[in-house]
Amino acid sequence: MSEADLTMEGHSTGLTVGPAFSIPTKKLAMWLFIIADTMTFAACLVAYGFLRNGSLDWPRPFHSITNVALMTFVLLSSSLTMLFGLRSARAGDKAGAFRWTMLTAALGIVFALLHIREWLELIDQGMTLFKNPWGTGLFGASFFSITGLHLTHVTCGVIALIVVGVRYKGGRYNADDIEVLGLYWHFVDLVWMFVVPLVYLLNLGH
Amino acid sequence: MTTAEEHKSNGIKKDLAIYVCLLILAGLQFVIAYQNISASQMLTRMLAVAFIEAGLAALFFMHLWAEKRGFLLFVAIFTIAVLLGMQYGWTDSSRMVVGTPYSSTNK
Repeated sequence: MSEADLTMEGHSTGLTVGPAFSIPTKKLAMWLFIIADTMTFAACLVAYGFLRNGSLDWPRPFHSITNVALMTFVLLSSSLTMLFGLRSARAGDKAGAFRWTMLTAALGIVFALLHIREWLELIDQGMTLFKNPWGTGLFGASFFSITGLHLTHVTCGVIALIVVGVRYKGGRYNADDIEVLGLYWHFVDLVWMFVVPLVYLLNLGH
Repeated sequence: MTTAEEHKSNGIKKDLAIYVCLLILAGLQFVIAYQNISASQMLTRMLAVAFIEAGLAALFFMHLWAEKRGFLLFVAIFTIAVLLGMQYGWTDSSRMVVGTPYSSTNK
């Protein structure tokens, strides 16, 4: 419905509807996506907790925290570079915003590579989706599905960062688009804060 | 220094402060993992730290604190309500180990 449809003889009828919560539409859409995605991850983690609590022989295959600590550091740092990218974009510094956005994407790639390296190590030790040498086979299914879902989000985020960064530099996107993408990237970081203790740290073999 | 530059500089300082807090909290989770406590205590402590981390990230990195209070309440209430709603089945997960209905384990 256009603005003209909502007015009569130049006077407002009072029916004009602004964006909900005075938030730009793209940003609101991203927030709604994030809320929905929170439910998806929460459902996966609750199901994981349910299985772990209900299994007597839950495996504890992790003996070193070095890799997961490094992954956490890289992902947290990528959130900071994303913020710097947004601040540069808001200040009109196009080159700076592009540089920070690409640095964020590079950190995302490092995170993904560390993640894949860890997966390969576990697969080498005999862990698959349905069996592992340490205990219940459900562990592999839950571990790979939760971390795989997160890794998918990181991969999509990296692609989006590169696309939005390049298009921002080319003048097709603006600072608002960087902000919307930043929300997604911070969310990926936020999810990791729950994956680390539940999936890794509680399964440390001391 | 102009007002805009000062504003940007203060913003970067705030971002760095939140980043350091998040790093410390993440490190705290690793420390908790090596404490000699029961699994349930460990889970409680780690989740408490994770929720603080998530709150800091959502409020300051995702700028939820700068949005209208109505939106903040909408996100918080809606998300927390659904997350709480997912917790109804925990007693049943214990039943899987015990092998009997939950009520009969308490008799």
